[in-house]
Amino acid sequence: MDLQEYFSLVFSDYTLRTITLGTAVLGAVTGMLGSFAVLRKQSLLGDAISHAALPGIAIAFLITGAKDSNTLLLGALVSGLIGTFWIRGIITKTHLKSDTALGLILSLFFGFGMLLLTFIQKQPNANQAGLDKYLFGQAATLIESDVWMMSIVTGICLIVLLLFWKEFKILLFDADYTKTLGFNTKFIDILITSFIVLAIVLGLQTVGVVLMSAMLLAPAAAARQWTNSLSVMVLLAAFFGAFSGVFGTAISASQNNLSTGPVIVLVAAVFVIFSFIFSPSRGLLFKQIRFIKNRRDLQLHKTLAFMYNIAETHDNISHPHAIKILNNFQGYTKGTLQKLVKKNYVNLDGNMWSLTEEGFNTASNLYNQQTNE
Amino acid sequence: MNSAQIEIQLIASLVAIACAIPGTFLVLRKMAMISDAISHSILPGIVIGFFITHDLNSPLLILLAALTGIITVVLVEYIQKTGLVKEDTAIGLVFPALFSIGVILIAKNANDVHLDVDAVLLGELAFAPFDRLLISGVDVGPKSLWIIGSILIITIILLIAFFKELKVSTFDKGLAASLGFSPAIMHYGLMSVSSVTTVGAFDAVGAILVVALMIAPAATAYLLTTNLKKMLSLAIIFGVFSAISGYWFAHWLDASIAGSITTMLGLLFLVVYLFAPKKGIIAVLYREKQQRTEVSLLTFLLHLKNHNEEEERHVNHLNEHINWQKVRSKTVLELATKNNMISIENNIVSLTEKGNDFTSQAIDYIITNEDAQIEHMKDDFFLFRG
Repeated sequence: MDLQEYFSLVFSDYTLRTITLGTAVLGAVTGMLGSFAVLRKQSLLGDAISHAALPGIAIAFLITGAKDSNTLLLGALVSGLIGTFWIRGIITKTHLKSDTALGLILSLFFGFGMLLLTFIQKQPNANQAGLDKYLFGQAATLIESDVWMMSIVTGICLIVLLLFWKEFKILLFDADYTKTLGFNTKFIDILITSFIVLAIVLGLQTVGVVLMSAMLLAPAAAARQWTNSLSVMVLLAAFFGAFSGVFGTAISASQNNLSTGPVIVLVAAVFVIFSFIFSPSRGLLFKQIRFIKNRRDLQLHKTLAFMYNIAETHDNISHPHAIKILNNFQGYTKGTLQKLVKKNYVNLDGNMWSLTEEGFNTASNLYNQQTNE
Repeated sequence: MNSAQIEIQLIASLVAIACAIPGTFLVLRKMAMISDAISHSILPGIVIGFFITHDLNSPLLILLAALTGIITVVLVEYIQKTGLVKEDTAIGLVFPALFSIGVILIAKNANDVHLDVDAVLLGELAFAPFDRLLISGVDVGPKSLWIIGSILIITIILLIAFFKELKVSTFDKGLAASLGFSPAIMHYGLMSVSSVTTVGAFDAVGAILVVALMIAPAATAYLLTTNLKKMLSLAIIFGVFSAISGYWFAHWLDASIAGSITTMLGLLFLVVYLFAPKKGIIAVLYREKQQRTEVSLLTFLLHLKNHNEEEERHVNHLNEHINWQKVRSKTVLELATKNNMISIENNIVSLTEKGNDFTSQAIDYIITNEDAQIEHMKDDFFLFRG
């Protein structure tokens, strides 16, 4: 199946439609909430939570013995929340730093989850196969009820986000000020963190434990480059996330042997790279261009100042001088001289140059400008 | 115990020691998450190495994978340096992308590669003794034992040779640089050792659980001591203990050895986290409670000093005046009486001479912010001690 075929089938084929919708909704909600995670410097929390959710899945299966995805996700949610609050406890109550706390909870919970999974696999129960899809995710196992579930959660997220928008925003940028205003910062904090956990848990089935953190970060990190406004960033991140979901699904469906999760992550990574390079205000490309332009301007100014120093020693500022005397000067090239002529600062006459009135005035104000401002 | 079991425990213990050494420094340098990133992003290195060598234990593969680990570190630092995103976001962006490339490489070549993502991530210690190293036809032991053994020896040699430099650059980068040790060399040296160890260990315990062996023993040890040498040895002891007890736990449960080693590490951390004498949760909560009472005592004494009127100092009125609950007032009153700071006559509280002195000193203490000036007073104030 190639891409064209995919897009013609996406509306008619049940499986394709479900998967595409599912990944799109998932991308949108993780992008939205990921913006908050990135701005709160909790980027790696997503990684820790997604790993910490694994034992919850295993325990939920052990208790119920059923593979109903909603029950399993409930277990994942509980164990993800326990992990999150334990991380918080370690950071606030001991002198261990956040990175240690994250790595610790991540690896310990994951290891415990693996122990339980291998334990389950040895059980004399035919029902356990397929639990390991939560490790790497299998978008193909999405069914309509999963998509409904995702949509409902996304809806709730949206409502809560709109209701508490002001609180979230102020907590994000100035936590101390929020406290002095009398907001219950603890409650707002727990609310937003819980929703981040919820979004991560939702994505486990689709992209898996290992890659979930990228779903949270990549759209937000890409969106951050294009704007300085929180609302625009959240919208953009949701859009990037949804688009990565759809496009990733399309690519993986059009090829054999390509699992959806990694492809979605790579599409999102392409978004990030593109944004890093081409964003007009923060991007590397334009930054480099501005840098070069500034350097050129400085060199131009240097040449002009040098000329000014020579012209100053003569009564007539337009007294012609040989170009040769500029040769040993660092900022001088043929190009810069041409540029000065174009700006009408300098007149050229054969091998001689002379400053114009305008050039002389500009040069004399060159270094004063900054102090006058 | 048969020979395979002994070999498994030996390999697990060596892995634990080899991980605990760089892990201690990673935890102290606040770079614990880098080890997580490395452990994921070596996947493409392993896959490409496997295409070339067709042997999971070949040294070339280990080098290639370790190189990927270092590339990860460099990439993360580059992205961070551009200032576009924070360090943690940079880590979170790089390793899933590299990991995805690895997964896709495996999936696309599934037919000619006997490599399984699960195996790389989770490892299987139980099979390690079956892959023997034959030198001119003589069986000298399991391959992974040799690999992790040589990595461990190199790590220990490096540790002993550069212990001083590592110590200085970990705790005071500026001092290290001014003494002439390049912090960059130390940094990348540590990163290389971590990468090599991760790759060497992934075969036995799996890439993700290497992270547990690196961070958990070091973090547990850090809760118990602030001495680097003690921390290193404690981390090693914890690592080896979990490795061996984890093996028997897995044996009893018939489940993944790596998983149960991690579980043991987790239990160990939980116990220390709760009960560590100075930094455990219970100790911290107890200390916080004590400090709260002591601050209350100080407030109370200041109140007494400020008011000469009898009605302000009446026992029954204290609750309203300083806004305390009954129980709390009682604790504070008792503490003050026990220290001979106050005397109570006809239910009127007044400061004793000792209490008066103490309070004046306390005011000095509070209004003088400079450390040097209050140094001689510090001993008198139990509440500000540790």
